[in-house]
Amino acid sequence: MSLSATTAPPSPAPPPPDTAPRRRGSLLNRLDIKYSPYLYIAPFFLIFGVFQLYPMTRTFWMSLHDWDMIGEHTFIGFDNYTALISDEYFWNALVNTFGIFALSTIPQLLLALFLANLLNRTMLRAKTFFRMAIFVPNVVSVAAVAIVFGMLFQRDFGLFNWLLSTVGVDPIDWRNQTWSSWTAIATMVNWRWTGYNTLILLAGMQAIPKDLYEAAAIDGASQWRQFWRITLPMLRPTFLFVVILSTIGGMQLFTEPLLFANGSVIGGNQREFQTLAMYMFEKGIYNLSTAGYGAAVAWAIFMIIILVSLVNFLLVRRSAK
Amino acid sequence: MISASQRLWRTSPLTYVALVLAALFSIYPLYYMVVISTRSLDAINDVPPPMAPGESFGDNFGRVLDNDAANFVTGLINSIIVSSVVTIAVVLTGSLAGFAFAKLRFRGRNILLLSIIVTMMIPTQMSIIPLWGMMQTFGWYDSLYAVTVPFLVTAFGVFMMRQYATQAISDELIEAGRVDGASTFRIYWNIVLPALRPAAAVLGLLTFMEQWNSFLWPYAILSPENPTLQVSLSFLSYAYYTDYSQVFAATAVGTLPLILVFILFGRQIIGGIMEGAVKS
Repeated sequence: MSLSATTAPPSPAPPPPDTAPRRRGSLLNRLDIKYSPYLYIAPFFLIFGVFQLYPMTRTFWMSLHDWDMIGEHTFIGFDNYTALISDEYFWNALVNTFGIFALSTIPQLLLALFLANLLNRTMLRAKTFFRMAIFVPNVVSVAAVAIVFGMLFQRDFGLFNWLLSTVGVDPIDWRNQTWSSWTAIATMVNWRWTGYNTLILLAGMQAIPKDLYEAAAIDGASQWRQFWRITLPMLRPTFLFVVILSTIGGMQLFTEPLLFANGSVIGGNQREFQTLAMYMFEKGIYNLSTAGYGAAVAWAIFMIIILVSLVNFLLVRRSAK
Repeated sequence: MISASQRLWRTSPLTYVALVLAALFSIYPLYYMVVISTRSLDAINDVPPPMAPGESFGDNFGRVLDNDAANFVTGLINSIIVSSVVTIAVVLTGSLAGFAFAKLRFRGRNILLLSIIVTMMIPTQMSIIPLWGMMQTFGWYDSLYAVTVPFLVTAFGVFMMRQYATQAISDELIEAGRVDGASTFRIYWNIVLPALRPAAAVLGLLTFMEQWNSFLWPYAILSPENPTLQVSLSFLSYAYYTDYSQVFAATAVGTLPLILVFILFGRQIIGGIMEGAVKS
């Protein structure tokens, strides 16, 4: 082994000496080095500025107006926001969004945690197959998911009602009740996103140093104990990432409930499953005359996302102590 | 002798049972989609529900093609155009800016990079109401420009390329190019872009899937006469919800290309997603 100490590793080509003459030390060359970086980042900032950043600030500006998209607008300060607070449809959409969010995020993350822990076994066979199979729903478009599950949750010949009938439960009209429509929509979200979250959590688990487990095993800690004492605490940053991603997605839920309602932007006859994003769409785009109010809903959604993310952040940090 | 870590992560038969069940739940709805799209309409009433594919796919898809209200073929072509243009643009603009942030020195670099990271957190729905108005002003309502131009760049693309360029391209390589008298753009085109190829492929695949599946904005800004594929599917499902086999045939045709891409490149896609998660 002593040989390796004297054998230098193959070294990369030595860096060119600073004194090497530049063949083109011209003005053009200096301009290139100094200014071309700005040219390279310009496309991003230009398009992003015009089509994302500017509209976003304009959303706020619009929300301070009584704004008709194809007509007049008058400045009304924060009246749209005070109106939101006493708007029962807004609260209804808020409750629906959080209800579906809870029904999708909580079981989904528990299941993802469980599956990631299974996929993390070193001796597992057919790893790639299982990873791909679990992830494949995420490749399917939301519209397609909503169409297929809309059928599975059909009242008269849907698969779920048939399964229930085999255990003696009467057919459920999934679209006509609050809890059942929430369940159906949450199922679509769970189906599409569990695999994605599983892989993110798995990536986090694989980044945990293996010797921690070996040390724990030598001390005689059971697998279950190791999961609680090592995996979960070490996984905290990844878990926070997944929760915040789910929050951003969950608060913007739109396509699944829209297609489940057959395109009705109010989501069910009694607004049983109208989400915040659908309400924003209803006020801001479906009815162009209330665009200012729709813009206020958009900012409300943004604020809620920030608030929920902050709460999650604090919760995860507190659990660290 | 088995090492401690191997003993620890022993895979019991129960592990496989659970994973096989999870795989079945993941795949079944897709299989069901294929079954319904290949059966005649009356199969829907079967008790128990149909479990095996049939031979009526041509019939069902023929009804989609004959359906003037659905504009399915227009939607398919539009989606191919939009997804391809956006994918190429996102990879090019992302690698260009990512290269600049990773390897070039310029004033304001760090603060500009930070601003890009912050914007990754902003939900897209925040801007659609005024964007809708802007499109009217530009005369882009119901035009493919409206669903293409705003998405030619993504903060995620720049960030991902920057991360990859930082570790995959050595400063010596770029310095060598400079010594040879190459302009910065030549260095980008001849040295950086080829070296970024693995990350560019993953970014391209993710961008393509995202664009292919995008719904809310195309739904808001395109008319049923000039839809993208997903918008066409939604209108088809509203109007023909009793003709399931037709709707499912269209859905299957719209979904299978991506499944195929995933079967071919799934390993890279999954690798890209998992690597991205660890870094952020």
